Amino acid sequence: MSQQPKISAQGLNLTFQTNDGPVHALKDVDLNIEEGEFVSFIGPSGCGKTTFLRCIAGLETPTAGDLSVNGMTADEARRSRAYGYVFQHAGLYPWRTIGGNIRLPLEIMGYSKADQSERVAKTLEMVDLAGFEKKYPWQLSGGMQQRASIARALAFDADILLMDEPFGALDEIVRDHLNEQLLQLWARTKKTIAFVTHSIPEAVYLSTKIVVMSPRPGRITDIIESPLPAERPLDLRDTPEFLEVAHRVRDGLRAGHSYD
Amino acid sequence: MGCARGIPMTKAALPILTVLAAIVGIWYLAVAPMNIRVALDTVERTGAVVTPEGSVERRAVSVWRLMAQNREHVSAGYALDRPRLPTPAQVGGELWKTTGEMAAKGRAWSKRSLIYHSWITLRSTLWGFVLGTSIGIIGAIAIVYSRVADLSIMPWAIISQTIPIVALAPMIIVVASQLGVESRGVPKAIISAYLCFFPVLVGMVKGLRSPEASQLDLLKTYDASGLQTFLKLRLPGSVPYLFTSLKVGIAAALVGTIVGELPTGAISGLGARILIGDQFGTPLAIWAALFAAAILAGLLVTVLDVTQRLTLGRMGMRA
Ligand SMILES: Nc1ncnc2c1ncn2[C@@H]1O[C@H](COP(=O)(O)OP(=O)(O)OP(=O)(O)O)[C@@H](O)[C@H]1O
Ligand SMILES: [Mg+2]
Repeated sequence: MSQQPKISAQGLNLTFQTNDGPVHALKDVDLNIEEGEFVSFIGPSGCGKTTFLRCIAGLETPTAGDLSVNGMTADEARRSRAYGYVFQHAGLYPWRTIGGNIRLPLEIMGYSKADQSERVAKTLEMVDLAGFEKKYPWQLSGGMQQRASIARALAFDADILLMDEPFGALDEIVRDHLNEQLLQLWARTKKTIAFVTHSIPEAVYLSTKIVVMSPRPGRITDIIESPLPAERPLDLRDTPEFLEVAHRVRDGLRAGHSYD
Repeated sequence: MGCARGIPMTKAALPILTVLAAIVGIWYLAVAPMNIRVALDTVERTGAVVTPEGSVERRAVSVWRLMAQNREHVSAGYALDRPRLPTPAQVGGELWKTTGEMAAKGRAWSKRSLIYHSWITLRSTLWGFVLGTSIGIIGAIAIVYSRVADLSIMPWAIISQTIPIVALAPMIIVVASQLGVESRGVPKAIISAYLCFFPVLVGMVKGLRSPEASQLDLLKTYDASGLQTFLKLRLPGSVPYLFTSLKVGIAAALVGTIVGELPTGAISGLGARILIGDQFGTPLAIWAALFAAAILAGLLVTVLDVTQRLTLGRMGMRA
C-alpha cells in the first residue's frame, strides 16, 4: 500500500462562468482521502458537493489547484476506470433489464461474456437483488432501482466509489436498511468511498471522516475524523458518542451559515 | 406485459366507430342537396314534372328550395350514375367492383383493377419511404454529431418543405426523363422520399438528443467511445421517436407518390386513377381511388403501429 492518499486535492478552485456572472462553486479546497476511507460530504444546497465529486470523476475541470486520484490526474483516472459513480437518480436504461443495466459498463469495458454473467450475478447478490436480473427498471421500486444502480457501479474493478446523494429520494426505513447494507459492502470490498448526503445521521453513521461544507463560495468549513468503532449496528445511533459527533457536524453546518 | 395496462380492443374501437357512424350519417344527409340539381335534370329527361321546369331556370333557385318543391324526386339523388357526391354505398360498391369482384374473376392485375393501381402506388411509396427514411436517419446522425451539419442541413431541410410539392413534382419528372430515366417509378419515389425524409429527420434528431446529460455522464465515467455511446445510448433512446416519425413519414410518402402520379402522362397508380376519373367525368372512379388510397394509408400506419408495439415491448419499454 502506498503512502500517497487515494484522492488528494490541494488549493482546488472552480468558478463557473454563467450569464449572471461567475459562480464560485469551489474555493481553496484542501482534502486528502486515504485508501479504504468512507468520507461523507455534507452541507447546504449549492455548497459544491456535487461539483467536487464531479471534479474527482474528471467530469468537471477545476480552474485552479491540484487534484490527484490514484496518483494520476482526474482525467487519467477516469480513462483508467478508477471509480464507479452513483448518481442521485438511478438513471437505469429503461430498455435494458436490471441485469442488462449492470452489464452495461462490463460490455463497454470489454469483459468476456462469461465474466459478465458471473459479475452480474455476484453484484446482484451483494445489493440483495438476486432474482431480479430479468426484470425491467419500471417493475422495481425506487429503492430497488437505486440498489441496482449501486450494483452497476460495483460490477467492474474500480476501488473508488463516488456516490452523490444515492438515497436522497428514499424513505427513512428503506434508507436505514440501505445504509446498513452499504456499510457491510464497504467492509467486504474495502473500497474508498466518497458519499454526498444532506442527512446528519446518515453521514455520522456511515463515515470514517465527515467533510462539512458551506456555500458562496463553496468551501470546506470542518473535517471531522469519526471516533466511532468500525463495527456499527443501527442502534449505535442512540449512543452518546454518536450524538456527540452529530452535534459537532450540526455546529459546523451552523457556523457555515452564520458566515453569510 | 402491455396488455394489462392497455384498453380492451372493443372499448378502443367504440369511439372510432361512433365517429365513423357520424361521418357516414352526415355524408348521407349531404348527398341530397349536393345531387338535387343533377337528380332533377335526370328525372326531367324521363318525363317527370319538376318545378321549376328547365335546368337553366333552376340555376337561380337554391338547393334547399328545390328540395322543398320536389320532395318526391330527392331520392333520385341517391341513385345517379354520375352524382356530384356519391353515397357511401355507391363508393363501396364501386370499390368492390374494382377490387374484390375483379380478383374473384382472376383479373386482379387488369389495368382496370384498383388492386393493380394500389400495388403500383404502394411500390413507389415503399421505395420512397426507404429512401426518405434513410436520408432522414443519416441526416439526423450528421446533425447530432456535427455542429457544421446542424447549422447547414437543418435550415435547408426546413426550406425544402416550404416549396409546394405540386409545383416541384412535374419538374422532378421532367428532369428524370431528361436524364434518360425511362421508368416513371424513379421520379415518383424521389417525390415520395422528398416528403417523407423530413418528419424522420426531425424525429430522429429529437430522439438521438433525448438522452439526459446524466446518462451521457454515466457513459463518460466508463470512458465509453463515441460509437459505444451511439449504439448503447443514443440509438436505443431514439427508437420511440423513430416509430412516431415513421408513421408520419409513411403517410407523407404515400401523398408524395400520389402527387407524383397526377401530372399528365401517368396511366397507372391511384393518383392517375383520380386524374382520369376527373377528366372523364366519372366521380365514382375518383371516390373509389380516393378510398383505396385512404385504406392503403391506414394499413401502412397500422403495420408500423403494430411493429412499434412489438419492438418497444421486446425492448421492455411500455409502449
Ligand atoms: N454546470 C454549471 N454551470 C454553472 N453553475 C453551476 C454548474 N454546476 C453547478 N453550478 C453552481 O455551482 C454551485 C455548486 O453546485 P453543486 O451542484 O455542486 O451544489 P451541491 O452542493 O451539490 O448542492 P445540492 O445539495 O443542491 O445538490 C451552485 O451555485 C450551482 O448553481
Ligand atoms: Mg448536488
